[in-house]
Amino acid sequence: MTPQEGRRGRAARRPAMPWYPGRGHPTSEGPSSGLSPGETPEGSLVRPYTMTRGRVRPTGTGPRLDLITIVVTARERREHALEPECRAILDLCRRPISVAEISARLDIPLTVVRVLLGDLLADGDIRTRAAVPAARLPEKKVLQAVLDGIRRL
Amino acid sequence: MASADSDTRPGEPEAIPQAVKIIIAGGFGVGKTTMVASVSEITPLSTEEVMTEAGYGIDDTEGVEEKTTTTVALDFGRITVSPDVVLYLFGTPGQNRFWFMWDELAEGALGAVVLADTRRLETCFHAVDFFERRGVPFAVAVNRFEGATDYETEEVRKALDVAPEVPILLADARDRGSCRDVLVALVTHVIRGRSPALSG
Repeated sequence: MTPQEGRRGRAARRPAMPWYPGRGHPTSEGPSSGLSPGETPEGSLVRPYTMTRGRVRPTGTGPRLDLITIVVTARERREHALEPECRAILDLCRRPISVAEISARLDIPLTVVRVLLGDLLADGDIRTRAAVPAARLPEKKVLQAVLDGIRRL
Repeated sequence: MASADSDTRPGEPEAIPQAVKIIIAGGFGVGKTTMVASVSEITPLSTEEVMTEAGYGIDDTEGVEEKTTTTVALDFGRITVSPDVVLYLFGTPGQNRFWFMWDELAEGALGAVVLADTRRLETCFHAVDFFERRGVPFAVAVNRFEGATDYETEEVRKALDVAPEVPILLADARDRGSCRDVLVALVTHVIRGRSPALSG
């Protein structure tokens, strides 16, 4: 394959991807959030769903929790009323942090984090700021802030 | 920023920053996470999404026509661009069969960088196709690997058959300055696309 062969009119063949050794997760190309090389995440799948009592989506009618929805703890709460995972989320969210980052730092799958955040939101323990909806593109001043910030790198 | 604060309660003392994201796409092992690491203010993180998908007769479930649960890792980094705006950079899952994650990644994305490797340019075709179809603005960064023939960006443009306004840059994913240049080109392209009157 050379660039001259071009993108159009190609036979859409998808090469089989070998399992990529030496990483924390077979589908990750980068550093893991905590798994050792060769360790598989399967063992962690049972426990997370017990955290959510089997639920795979957030209950209630709260805002959608996107990968980059920013979450911040709204109030302190008495520890005894909370699951340890929710306690950990509230500790982590004292500073605003994205849903994806909560999942990575606590090593809890995204789906599970979303359920737990839905509960915390319904109870008034957290506040969120949603990502810009797909239909409504970021404001010009947001884009300019991004451009200025990147230029400073 | 107050107008966009639809989820915050009035009277709350602390404003929550607005998050935006840029997607770093390309074939497996092309340097997506390397690029994220070069510009991120945090060590790239990896999060897991558990998805249910139909069994396609691949891997060890061959021949089994059932729904299977798949765990996909997403690698990402963060750049706090201002007190009000946080930029997240997400690498697409490297393996093609994790297509289902692309829709969620693309939703609301500011734009995308397609990392290309001239030794196997075809591995980025599907990314180019995807962003064109979705109308997500993108730039192409040709990662310069040792041993790769040094193609001119115009040769790559011809091969990829992308619009003339799509930025194509030679890049080194390991180099912060080089990655910065790619991101600046992308965001400039995005801003021009928003305000055609200003682009000349």
